[in-house]
Amino acid sequence: MTRAMEHWLRVPHTAFCPGCGHGILMGALVRACDELALDRRQLLFVSGIGCAAWIPSPNIRADTLHTLHGRAVAYATGAKLANPKLTVIVVSGDGDLASIGGNHLIHAARRDVPLTVVCANNEIYGMTGGQTAPTTPLGALSATDPLGNRYRPFDLIALVKGAGARYAARWPVTQPRPLTDALKRAITTPGFAFVEAISPCPTQFGRRNRVDDVTKLYDQMAGTCVTREAARALSPAERARCLVIGEFIDE
Amino acid sequence: MPKDDSAVKGAQGAGPRPEPQVLMGNYAAAEGALAAGCGFYAGYPITPSSEIMEVLAERLPRQGGVFVQMEDEIASFAAVIGASWAGAKAMTATAGPGLSLMLEGIGYASFTETPLVLVDVQRAGPATGQATRVGSGDVLQVRYGAHGDTCPIALSPWSVQEMYDQVIRAFNLAERYRTPVFVLADEGVGHLRETVVLHRDFELVARVRGNDQPPFGHPDPDGVPPMPIFGDGANLMVTGSTHDAWGFRKVDDAEPHDLLVRRINRKILDHAEDICEVDGRFLDDAEVALVAYGFSGRSALAAVKALRRAGVKVGLLRLKTLWPFPARQVAELGKAVRRLVVPEMNLGQVGGVVRQHVRCDVELLGQVNGEVIEPEAIERKVREVLP
Repeated sequence: MTRAMEHWLRVPHTAFCPGCGHGILMGALVRACDELALDRRQLLFVSGIGCAAWIPSPNIRADTLHTLHGRAVAYATGAKLANPKLTVIVVSGDGDLASIGGNHLIHAARRDVPLTVVCANNEIYGMTGGQTAPTTPLGALSATDPLGNRYRPFDLIALVKGAGARYAARWPVTQPRPLTDALKRAITTPGFAFVEAISPCPTQFGRRNRVDDVTKLYDQMAGTCVTREAARALSPAERARCLVIGEFIDE
Repeated sequence: MPKDDSAVKGAQGAGPRPEPQVLMGNYAAAEGALAAGCGFYAGYPITPSSEIMEVLAERLPRQGGVFVQMEDEIASFAAVIGASWAGAKAMTATAGPGLSLMLEGIGYASFTETPLVLVDVQRAGPATGQATRVGSGDVLQVRYGAHGDTCPIALSPWSVQEMYDQVIRAFNLAERYRTPVFVLADEGVGHLRETVVLHRDFELVARVRGNDQPPFGHPDPDGVPPMPIFGDGANLMVTGSTHDAWGFRKVDDAEPHDLLVRRINRKILDHAEDICEVDGRFLDDAEVALVAYGFSGRSALAAVKALRRAGVKVGLLRLKTLWPFPARQVAELGKAVRRLVVPEMNLGQVGGVVRQHVRCDVELLGQVNGEVIEPEAIERKVREVLP
């Protein structure tokens, strides 16, 4: 992140592990807010529990509400409905938003509450020590699936789209410009918007899946990200192993 | 001897006193919320409390407030907390099974010092129990249900009038002490229809805001800090993790945790004299006294009157505040009488607490059959234990 964005930050350093993608997402977030010239006084970040919940709280200089595990979207719903002038951005992880908080996520999308929900998806529970998440790829190793994950992961974009999200986008943190643009589109969407940022976790996912090199983990993740055009050429089995990236907007 | 402290202090006679009308207790609770300036309600349907949300669904938006039916009680409580920090006087209502789901939020609201009101219309538990029947089995859950040490406030109405008055008082206490406040009603009071005056003889406590002082710390070990809201420009850091006075997380430090946990308890306990209200009847010469609350208080008073007619020197101390426990009032009563009887619709949840504060005998009369305790049952119990 350039020094020009430092006025958005409260603390000189973050608690993220070396190689974590969440710092890039934090940079994209504050850049999106900066480019939209959002009024910091009317900006509220809400997060749950987990590594991603630390992206806004305590790092970002604005109002922050660090809630309980899974509940960020429900807290945000109350704040937004009570004061519609607030721009409310939820930032949390895949385990927080899609497992324990899955019900709140789909209901907020159904209600079309004007929230931007940003999911930092590292495909594992990072903070608690590398357990399986509802987004962990089939067969991937984790602390609770030492023989490989037996269950299919959620496609979060399909999930929120099915629940009625007006705007949904998925980008890896290795593509910060489209990610930043997607965040800007989401924040300016007059309704429920969802952005999934694929953000690798070397400490837990990489280590447990024998990818000891951070750059190798990033290359591996980049390899699984395919555009919709490219995905069309893949077989269903191949597509199941990929993450389709881009914007997903109703025509 | 304890005296009846009036339910709502102060008077701001706004126009003529309204005519009495007959209302259901749950309706009166909703009226109390509207009168107190409630601006946000989030809830989930549950018997026997649903009438509260139904009234507010219609009336709150007309008053400029927000009503939202959430996907469950966990989300309802979460939304209420979010709305409170966004500046609204916020409330929800539920019954036992919903209360169980709200516990995590109760701990969060206590620790983040979030003012809000929860009306719990208790039904016969445990589990789903008997949804349409009466009970008061949530008394200890609201006190101790959240993990860690918290100190919520709980009021206990015995009439439709008190459903109105106590909901208003609950909003005032919530704002004054920055804490969740329960109105611990029961199905008996919630579904009772009787006369109520929707008066305006009360003052409303306004939230103390301000960005120049720390929002989560106070120089006094039992102080209540000011509470800026989202949009005030305070760059708030609200967190359920241990935090310092400005909200920075302190997840490994001993001192900030100790300081914060003690203060959120002491700010309530040190002000028990302001918070605790009791209603004493026929106590001046009583040898035996009943300690009762909620709907059981009505049966207790009927039993006292019947026994008095028969010459038995018995009185009643009705607890209008259950938490913090009116320890001084109960202890004084324990010194003045020879025996206490505690009738309640559980197996002794308050009776056990009474025993902690007195040396005289305390007889429990617990009833858990989903029905109100009849005055005759209380009368029989008193006659059995007469010294």
